[in-house]
Parts: sequence; structure tokens; C-alpha cells
Amino acid sequence: MENDRLLVTNMTKTFPGVKALDHVQLRVKPGSVHALIGENGAGKSTLMKCLFGIYQPDSGSIELDGKPVTIRNTNDALKQGISMIHQELIPVPHRNVIDNIWVGRFETKGLFVDEAKMYQKTEKLIRDLEFEIEPKTLARNLSVSQLQAIEIAKAVSYDARVIIMDEPTSSLTVAETEHLFHIIRRLKAEGRSVIYISHRLEEIFTIADEISVMRDGQYIGTWEIGDITIDQLISQMVGRDMQERFPPRDRQRGEEVLLDVSHLSSANPRSFRDVSFELRKGEILGLGGLVGAQRTELVESIFGLRKISGGTMTLSGKQIHNRTPREAIANGFALLTEERRATGIIPMLSVKENALAAAYRVLTGKLGIFNPKKLDQPVDEVCKRLDVRMASTQMLIRNLSGGNQQKVLVGRWLLRRCNILILDEPTRGVDVGAKYEIYRIMRDLTAQGHAIIMVSSEMPELLGMSDRIMVMCEGRLTTILDNVNTTQVDVMQHATEFSPKICSNGD
Amino acid sequence: MNTKTLTWPKVKKTLIDQALILAMLAMIIVIIIIEPAFLQWRVLKDILTQSSIKLIVALGLLFPLLLGGTDLAGGRQVGLAAVIVASMTQTLTYAGRFYPNLPDLPVIIPIIIALIVVAIIGMVNGWMIAKLNMAPFIATFGMSTIVYGINCLYFAQEPNRSQPIGGIKESLTILSSYKIFGLSMLVYIALIITIIVWFVLNRTVYGKHLYIVGGNKDAAKVSGVNINFIIISAFVIESLLVGFGGVLEVARTGGANSAYGFSYEFDAISSCVVGGVSLSGGIGTVPGVIIGVIIFTIISYGLAFIGVNPNWQLIIKGVIICSAVALDMRKNAQ
Repeated sequence: MENDRLLVTNMTKTFPGVKALDHVQLRVKPGSVHALIGENGAGKSTLMKCLFGIYQPDSGSIELDGKPVTIRNTNDALKQGISMIHQELIPVPHRNVIDNIWVGRFETKGLFVDEAKMYQKTEKLIRDLEFEIEPKTLARNLSVSQLQAIEIAKAVSYDARVIIMDEPTSSLTVAETEHLFHIIRRLKAEGRSVIYISHRLEEIFTIADEISVMRDGQYIGTWEIGDITIDQLISQMVGRDMQERFPPRDRQRGEEVLLDVSHLSSANPRSFRDVSFELRKGEILGLGGLVGAQRTELVESIFGLRKISGGTMTLSGKQIHNRTPREAIANGFALLTEERRATGIIPMLSVKENALAAAYRVLTGKLGIFNPKKLDQPVDEVCKRLDVRMASTQMLIRNLSGGNQQKVLVGRWLLRRCNILILDEPTRGVDVGAKYEIYRIMRDLTAQGHAIIMVSSEMPELLGMSDRIMVMCEGRLTTILDNVNTTQVDVMQHATEFSPKICSNGD
Repeated sequence: MNTKTLTWPKVKKTLIDQALILAMLAMIIVIIIIEPAFLQWRVLKDILTQSSIKLIVALGLLFPLLLGGTDLAGGRQVGLAAVIVASMTQTLTYAGRFYPNLPDLPVIIPIIIALIVVAIIGMVNGWMIAKLNMAPFIATFGMSTIVYGINCLYFAQEPNRSQPIGGIKESLTILSSYKIFGLSMLVYIALIITIIVWFVLNRTVYGKHLYIVGGNKDAAKVSGVNINFIIISAFVIESLLVGFGGVLEVARTGGANSAYGFSYEFDAISSCVVGGVSLSGGIGTVPGVIIGVIIFTIISYGLAFIGVNPNWQLIIKGVIICSAVALDMRKNAQ
């Protein structure tokens, strides 16, 4: 039997009050892609941070190619051949590609950095990986996929034997994901091992050789990719059987038009233009497309966060102008932003204060004075209705899981009594169990007459939840499909209508 | 997991989080051991009186701090308000009057004039930060030298020529000299202002929006909070409070000069941080500020009381501030 590339045994890590890792093991073969999955809070990230030297485990051992190693910090990890590509890429924005890859390891000529040699080395490294990036570009001018390419190049430049990828595809287009997989296969062929963390199970079945599952800080098991189905995997992750991934659509949607958007164009000439659609009462209108299709820009413009240059919006027959979020909210619009941490939660405030953030003005008297006790009841009601799992509403929101945070943010808009909910990637970074609950909440809300616009990059979600699917490509609305027997292929075709190049690349 | 059992990691965490307060309490105990005379009613009265104006200034600074900002011009606004008020509240019989021909005004008029001037300064501060997106540190740093320059120009006018202003009317100094139950009026004024600030922060929509903007500006915007209004008004409120602090300084000392208020904002910010206000915004309570101010005053007073060299006092204060910020970072890092 061949040696393991990486062997982790009995690793334990406790934080005050939480056992993040509980005697965990992990065995990764050389030249393989090893997927690591589990719900949020299962301990995947903690395990990876222990491997990469960001955390020190309380106990446990790490062996690389049969040799025990100790990893005290990230520098040790890199030297031993362990690299990590973070979920949130952290480049140095005002430095160029060369500096970002070689930081700390510059080639020098006497006292000075040998710029010419660095340039050549960088160019070769990037070309070898089949990326096209000019080495002198500043990091802040790179797209997310390019930044990721830089991180991969960096990992290769350290001659990493184990490359950890934490949610690498969360903001990539289909074509970019394909390219990433191509690169991963090459890394594999070179004998490197990749530990691949992702919530997207479809992807894992495409790229991984083995899958390990973690749950509540414990190691559950490892399977060869052919030996397990998606449904079995999900039940291993959540520790129970999942009958359905999406709650059923049990009712006919209404025909009454709530919102009529007509010829809307962004003030930014490179964003969307001439978008027209209708939103009906009680429907979920999916908004699909690739990254760069300007979907977020469109919904944020409708919500008044971005400026428009033309077009009209009519709400129940009355023309409206959502010039600012305040105006949009007053018109009954709500937006759950794509970046929950950056623009959604207020981390140092309690669940209660987060839930009330948009609603104080409507729940209190004219003078803006209130009795906090009187606000308990509506918050409790909403949290109960949305089944937020928490010790109390006084808990800080940052101590809740991603899924529960998301529920509180939905609650924020329900307390404000908004009836047009715009959900931008509502289940991003949310674990499987909580995803289903968010879907259930969406169905409940539409049953009560709310209308939902849902931006989603996850094809199964788009097809499983939408009543109709709107597809955008490069700033234009290409089609609105009635979601009856619609397939992934239909959506993809419209999403790539204007971009033959991307189509041909995505082999 | 969330049981109420007392485990060592939990105790350790609490000890670390409260390390500063514990260390300062220890210092106070040491002071008392060295000089038991520290424990007497007269000393306590002095400390409460000394804390009063500091508390009002610190409550002012709490507003920008809650927004994750600061106001380095705070102390200079204390000075400007003091000089303006003092220049118009001298007794008619005083020899070196700032305005020799000024009629006998009720003191409320100079106070209102001074507060209007500082409110305008606060508005400009807020405008630079909200509309021009300037870093509060830089914007208010620039403002502090501007305010000081204005103050010196005003103070240097003929016939005053930068002479300290004295001879303040009793109708103003009474705010400090009048005593109820042996305690100066200043203590009661500070108490009333504290209650008002607490009410605004905890019982009004405005206060809640302040915490929300300070906690996450982008989330506040998405939630429909008028961010510019919150930022600008917070700086105006702060200026009014520190300006009123300047008025009380005149009442307390019976005079003013352009150096008044210098570095008051640092003591105020330090007290806030010791009292658990986070420099990153969104975290901080009125009771915390009270504790911070009182502990800070006790230490300064106590160190002087046991005869510690003033230069050493500066060093000790500096160490306290650095430790407070380090602990704040540690507590709120995750």
C-alpha cells in the first residue's frame, strides 16, 4: 500500500466553550483531490487552519509523506509544502502580481531586487499554469478569478505538496470553474494533493477522488467518490436523512403584477441596460447568469443603492423612484445583500438589535422614543416564525451560524413589513440544513403574498425554487423562462448568448 | 455548551477581558495602602467635582467614538467656548475687560453664542467625514489647529492682547461654587447631562441608528438609515457637549485663556476606552464611560496625592491607554 501524503491523527482544538475539533483524523493520498465537506461550524476551516499553522491544535499529530512534522506558523507550513488558498483572498492591493507572489522571497542583485529576473520567473510561472495575467498588474485591478490564479501560482511556486482550497469556486463563473478544474487536474498529475473544501456537492463529484465528511467538530468518515451518492453524503453531513432538497411548490402563483420594470439602464455605461420585466404577486422570480452579468448591479439599482440613467418602475400602477435605499424601503422593497458579513450583519450588536435595524422608525412613536421591552415581542415572534436557532435574542449576531444570521436578516425586513424581497445569493455560505429552512421560509413568504426576486449562481437552487427564471448576460436581459421542465442547459444557453468565447472555452 | 458552569478557560477569559479594570483597582488599593488619608470624604468630593467636566467631555467624545471615529479637535473646542464665554461674562467693574463697552448681558447669551460657534465646527467636522469621506483622525486633527488658530486670533484682539481673562460674573461661577449637600453644582449638572445622553442612546431611534452606523455603515445604508445625517449630527452633539464643558471650565476657574482644554480629548478618549468603548465603533455604554472617567480621575488624583513625580504620572497614563486599546483589540478581534 502506498504511503499517505498527509496523515492527521487525533487532532483536538478547543476554543473557550467550544470543542472545534474533537479527535479528528484525515488521510490524504498523494496525487489526489480530497474533498472535505460538512455544515458550517463542522470544523473544516479550523482543521485547515491547524494544518496551515494559523491555529495551534491542543493535541494530535501531522505526518507528511510518513514523516511527522510540527507546524508552528504559516511559514513552517509553506516550508513543509502545505499551501492554502483562502476563502477570502487577501492580496496586497497596491502591489503588483510579482510582489504578491514572491513577497518575502525576492531575488536580489546585490542590495537591490532583480526586477527583470522576477518578471521572467513570474511570467513563466503564470504561463505554465495556462493563465494570462500581466505580472506588473496591480492586485486591486485583478478579478477574483485572477486573484485566485495568483494564489495558485504562489502555492506552486512554493512547490507545495498539499494545496488547501477553501471554497475556491464561490465567486467564479462556470468557465472559470472549468479552468480551475483543469488546473487542479494538472496539479494532481504532477503528484500534488489538493484538499478541496466546498459547499457545492455537484462540483465535488466532478473533481474529487475521495470525500471526507465532518460534523460538529468530529470526523465522520471518508468515501471513494464512486461509493456514495449526493443524498447519502448530505445525510452524513447533517446526520439525518434529507428527503427533499427543495420544499415543494404546492400552489399556483398569482397573475397580479406587483412591480413593472421598464427599460431600466444603469448610470454606469459598463453595467446593465434596457432591462424590462414584471414581478407578480406571490412569485419567486429567479435571476440567473454568470458572474459579470450585472445581476447584483441590477437589483441594487432597483433598491436605490446605485444610480440609473433611464427607465421606469411602476409599483401596483403607481410610478416610483427608488433613488435611495430609504425611498425603496418606504415603497416596500427589501434587499438581502450578497455579502452578508460586509453589508448585512452588524457583528457587535445583538440579534434583537440586528433584527430591528431597519424597523425602529416604524415600530416607535413619532418622537422616536421607545420602550425597549415593547420591542421584544415582535422580535421574538419573527425569530420564532423563522426558526432562528439561538440561546436568546440578546446573543451577539456574530456568534450565530451563517444560516441563522441569514434568517435574522430576513426577519429584519419582515419587521419592516416589506413585501418585495430581493434576495441576492440567499444561501451563499449557508450549510445544507439551513439552506432548506431558508427555502421553506421563501415558500411561506410567497404563500402570504410577498414577491421575491432571487439572484442565484447555483443552478439547482435557481431551477428548484423559481416560478420564472430571468437570465442575464453581459448587462442585458436575454430571456424570461417559465420554470416548467426548464433545464440547466436552457439557462446556460441564455446566460452565454453574447459570449461565444466563454462557451467555447468551457469544454 | 452554554451551561453556566465555571470552567478555568471561562474564568481566564473574564480575567483577561477585565484585566485593565482589575489592574486599576489594584493600583487604587496600593495608593490607599501607601496613604490611608486618601480615603476621606473631602478627597471623594474633590474627585467627583474633578470628574464632572471630564465626564461631560468624555460623553461628548462617546458620540464620534461610537461611529468608529474620533474628534481630536475636542479639547480645542473646550478652549474656544471657554474664551468666548469668558470674554462676554466679565463683571462691569473689572479693570481689564475684553470688551470694555459691553453692556451687562444675561450669561445665557454668551453661552448660546459659544455653543453656536462650536456647533458650526462640529457640523464642518461631520461634513468632512460624511461627505468628503475623510478619515476622522485627519479631518479633526486639521480642525484642531484651525480652532486653536481662531481662538488665538480672537484672544489676541485689542485691548486684550492675549492676557488671561478674569473677573467672571458670579452668575456664571455659581454653577461651580454653589453646593448642594456639600457637592458642587457641577456634579449635578454632569448627572443631568449623563441621564440625557443615556436616554438618547438607549431609548431613541436616533441612538439605535448611531450604534448601527458605527457597527456597520454599509449595513446601515442598506437598512435605510440616513448615514450622513447620523454622522453630522453626532459631531454636532459632541461639539455642544465639549463646548458646554468649556463653559463650565470658566465657571470652575473663574477665567479663561486660549490654552484651555488642551489635550482634553485625549483624557476623554482614554477614559472611554478604559470604560469599554471600542475604537472600532458600535460598542460603548454610558455607565462604562462613567466608570472610565472616575477610575481615571482617581488614578491621576491618587498618584498626585501620594507624591508621584508628574512625569511618571504621564508614563503611567500612557501605559494605561495602550493596554486599554490592546485589550479592546483582543476582545473584539473575532
